[in-house]
Amino acid sequence: MINNNRDSIRIASLVIIGLFILFAVRLWQLQVLQGKEYRKISTENMLRIIKIPAPRGIIYDRNGIPLVKNSPYFYASLMPEHLENVDIQSLAEILGINSNDINAKINKKRLNPFEPIKLKEGLTFTEIAAVEARRSDFPGLIIDIDMSREYLYGAVGAHLIGYLGKLNPSQSKDPEFRDVPPDAFIGQWGAELFFDRSLRGTFGERIIEVDALGREIRPLQDKPPVKGDDLKLSIDINLQKAAEELYAGRAGALVALKPDTGEVLGFISKPSFDPNKFARGISYDQWIELNQDKKLPMLNRALQSQYPPGSTFKIVTAIAALNEGVITPETKVTCSGGINYGSWRFGCWKKNGHGTITLHRAIVESCDVYFYEAGKRVGIDKLAEYARKLGLGSETGLPLVKERAGLIPDTKWKLEKRNQQWYLGETFNAAIGQGYVAVTPMQMAQLMSAVANGGFIYTPTIIKLETLPAAIRKADIKQETLELVKKGLYGVVNEAGGTGGASRSKIVIVGGKTGTAQVVGIRKSSNLLPERFRDHAWFVAFAPVEKAEIALCAFVEHGGHGGAAAAPIAKLAIEGYFKNKEAERIQESKEQKRDKNAEN
Amino acid sequence: MLKIDRRLIRNFDWATFSLVILLSIIGIMTIYSATRPLLPNEQPTFHIKQIYWLLIGMSALFLIVSFDYIWLSRFAYPVYAIGIVLLLIVLFAGKTGMGAQRWLSIGPLSFQPSEIFRLMFIIVIARHFMELSGTMGLTSIIKIFLAFTFIPLIILLKQPDLGTAVILLIMFLSLSIVKGLQKKVVVLLIVLGVISIPFIGNIMWEGLKDYQKNRIVAFMEPEADPAGIGYHINQSKVAIGAGGFLGKGYLHGTQGPFRFLPEKQTDFIFAVFAEEWGLVGSVFLLLVYLALILRGLDTALKAKDEFGKLLAAGITFMFSTYFFINVGMTLGIMPVVGIPLPFMSYGGTALLSNFIAAGILINIRTRRYELFY
Repeated sequence: MINNNRDSIRIASLVIIGLFILFAVRLWQLQVLQGKEYRKISTENMLRIIKIPAPRGIIYDRNGIPLVKNSPYFYASLMPEHLENVDIQSLAEILGINSNDINAKINKKRLNPFEPIKLKEGLTFTEIAAVEARRSDFPGLIIDIDMSREYLYGAVGAHLIGYLGKLNPSQSKDPEFRDVPPDAFIGQWGAELFFDRSLRGTFGERIIEVDALGREIRPLQDKPPVKGDDLKLSIDINLQKAAEELYAGRAGALVALKPDTGEVLGFISKPSFDPNKFARGISYDQWIELNQDKKLPMLNRALQSQYPPGSTFKIVTAIAALNEGVITPETKVTCSGGINYGSWRFGCWKKNGHGTITLHRAIVESCDVYFYEAGKRVGIDKLAEYARKLGLGSETGLPLVKERAGLIPDTKWKLEKRNQQWYLGETFNAAIGQGYVAVTPMQMAQLMSAVANGGFIYTPTIIKLETLPAAIRKADIKQETLELVKKGLYGVVNEAGGTGGASRSKIVIVGGKTGTAQVVGIRKSSNLLPERFRDHAWFVAFAPVEKAEIALCAFVEHGGHGGAAAAPIAKLAIEGYFKNKEAERIQESKEQKRDKNAEN
Repeated sequence: MLKIDRRLIRNFDWATFSLVILLSIIGIMTIYSATRPLLPNEQPTFHIKQIYWLLIGMSALFLIVSFDYIWLSRFAYPVYAIGIVLLLIVLFAGKTGMGAQRWLSIGPLSFQPSEIFRLMFIIVIARHFMELSGTMGLTSIIKIFLAFTFIPLIILLKQPDLGTAVILLIMFLSLSIVKGLQKKVVVLLIVLGVISIPFIGNIMWEGLKDYQKNRIVAFMEPEADPAGIGYHINQSKVAIGAGGFLGKGYLHGTQGPFRFLPEKQTDFIFAVFAEEWGLVGSVFLLLVYLALILRGLDTALKAKDEFGKLLAAGITFMFSTYFFINVGMTLGIMPVVGIPLPFMSYGGTALLSNFIAAGILINIRTRRYELFY
């Protein structure tokens, strides 16, 4: 028996020696065969790369007034490692968020226990105080500070300035955004989007050694962020603000250009949105709400909506007819309130007629019958050619959103698209900017600018230019023609009986043209119709008439008569611009005086 | 009775004593490295406490050696009864730590009765087997199982202290084999074992706490859940592997002090050691343990009586089981069962218990030439 249990002890010794050999082999496998790999993991374990957001470039208006600001805000995040010790329900109550939202964030697979999860951004001081008071109840809760974009003028200029947002799914795959951390905000609209690359700057990188609790042990490398470049927009924020206030709840668009450069001085699309709502991330519900809003606040009406131009198009008809020589300034037409063509009657807006008038009075009083005759004489194809020369029917090339091209119909177009021949009646309609003709407010501003500057077409830009740009083309129109038309446009505003008297200004001489585009084919006083059937109101203008410094197009959707609804907006926008320039001039001369005094 | 015999000093088992002291010193050094401060405001105390416990353990060891171990057989049953009572007290009044009730507080001290009980268990089994002669049949083994093993097993599973329960079972079986089982019982045990694996597995699985289930899942598939429970095993393998051939050097390991290893100063102390000392150091450490174990088994072979033999074998099996389960776990070849590495892991009760056990081993070896007197 003794032998028996001696043997089992000996066998046990052998088994134990065998197990030791097995363990030694396993050690050799881990430490020698896979040693390098594990050494690398153990080093990387301790490294944390923190992307430091670069301050974003500041956006200024053309006079150097800042339009945005980077302001600090507080956010709360939670270290997943401490999750089990945190009462999610009471945390959600203190932060004022839904506990389901927190749960959705923490129930993700592959949660790194040492990578904080953002719970709420933009904490108020009350919330921070509430959290701090119960600090010990929430281990692993981090309150930290970050920068967010603040739009100092709110919704003013929102469509042009744009807003920031987190990377969308297609951007996260794009190599262009490789350096952008997933939580960072980048430009998603307007100038913020288009000039994002230079505004964004370069993210800094801080490599630190951390322990498993995420505590910083020591810094290893520090690459400071590089601030983004500032951006000086071409817009004048005072003009912009003054004009936007005039829209007061109405829908529409306004584009003001500098005729000698193509710089955009003002750019409005109403209704718009408050970009500050996007500053720290917009909720899905808010985004849906904005996009489903029947008033379409996200639609850029200056570029993405096209409408019949109404009588503002008479500028094109007048230029075409004069330049082609089919009428002269002395050509007289008698308006008896309308003309008959076949079984149709083409009325003039003035039922009693304008009597026998020349081109100048026809422009001033916006006589439809005169332009039926002018259109008939010049012909639709020539008319369309001039419209295109002046920039209608194609994109203006303003790099903000995908813009619409509008439509300038001619015989070829009708044959191709409708497979029908062109009727003279359609020429009558086209000559007064009705029928098929469709334009964007941006195009009309460009047209006005070309008329004012002697026929030059510039690519519009939202950046303040330091040097004079080259025109993309010259519309090859005789100077006499343009002078005659400009004289007419002066009359519209400043002569008795002119339709644009509402934009007459005491501080600057304005020229312009009204337009009232029919939405439905009934000639009825617009005020009696439901809003959605009311006419669109247009007013294109430039000032000073002598040598234009500003050309603009004001448009009010369903605004009724152009002279009544759009002309006053145009006037105040122009006055806003000149008042501002005046103030600047005074400021400058004061400074010069002071400099001189200082020198003395 | 307490006269220090010259022969006692001459025959003292210095080898076993030196091995456990060596392991304890390595342990304290590693505990310090694992908990050393990274930031200036931290004051680690684990290694200091462990030094106190080492001194207490050494005193206990010498005290144990000074009595003839045969005294243990006289008090085996009452001591065992006290052990059971302690376990019951823990179950009803113990402190909860890590999801299980294992701690008992007496004033400022808290200790783990299960760490002491495992020793009492070996003594009582050795005491009981001592009187049996010949190989054991099926009925006698079942009787002994029900009498001495079943009750503590249930209490431990209830705590739950799966680690100690598994070790009790392993020790009962290995001591039975050493004592001698009839061939048919051995065959029956093997057949029963194989058949019952799925059943027991199923029953055990249902009875397991969630954290225990997680450990088993993580053992089967550690990569599946790198941030969860499998995280422990992965980080342990990273620590050991990162040591490479020569190690990162003492106080240059990172997995422990940077807290990527959980339980760094207790259950995963081997990984901390292996990261700093590499394959060379780890194999050396393995050899120290092997020497201790082989010395213990040799003591069992040379013991002057049946009680000494069984006691020495039982204690050595206990050390071996703890060693293999613990190191196997850190190497990722055994499931995560929370048991400490003998002599090295931080923990006062365990160190004291192990020093008493080593004292008994030394006692048996030292008195191997003595006759009853």
